[in-house]
Amino acid sequence: MHCSEQSAAIFAEAMPSATELKNRIEGALPGARAEIQDLTGGGDHFRAEIVSDRFAGLSRIDQHKLVYDIFGTEIGGPIHALSLKTSTPEG
Amino acid sequence: MTDTTETQIREFLEKSIEENEVMLFMKGTPNQPMCGFSARTAAALGALDVRYAALDILPDPRIRQELSELSGWPTIPQLFVNGKLVGGADIVTEMYETGELAELLGTDQPAADEAPEAPAAEAPQSAPLGLENRLR
Repeated sequence: MHCSEQSAAIFAEAMPSATELKNRIEGALPGARAEIQDLTGGGDHFRAEIVSDRFAGLSRIDQHKLVYDIFGTEIGGPIHALSLKTSTPEG
Repeated sequence: MTDTTETQIREFLEKSIEENEVMLFMKGTPNQPMCGFSARTAAALGALDVRYAALDILPDPRIRQELSELSGWPTIPQLFVNGKLVGGADIVTEMYETGELAELLGTDQPAADEAPEAPAAEAPQSAPLGLENRLR
């Protein structure tokens, strides 16, 4: 998957590891379980599958926003892409 | 340099969202997507055979900045239906697979169950084609 907007400046910033992303998501959403895959091995395209009861009653868009908000401007920066699948423990 | 202001870009984006029932902001065009996520989202719309407007955000970095400020959504693509943000590639793909996207757009789910792979064959008729020029 090639995207065209990466620049040298982005690579100069520290790129997070899958473990770091997992810890930050689980830290920000207590009780959540996050499975992270580094899709390219390059530390910039991640896939996260997150189960949390905090998502209950929220639309998909609000569930994803909750996760994006943890990382703020790092999304689109050092974390070039974070693909999400969110669900609640009930399903 | 360009003399288009951020305010003008913002107003154009707001108008695009308001005036186009199905509005996709992407990297590249439906025929020539410049990012896999944008390709996947355009392909889902193409598979449902809906008319939609698409705007390439790449020509000016301020388009993306203003769009994300407007929508509160950090990444591209972004799909709006009836003026509301539906989501990016993940949500659109998931909604395509469950049939929710077809329902939202008032079309029939295609018979084949698998996720779409190829981008839409035709450029959207209602695309605001003038934007690229206007922003220069």
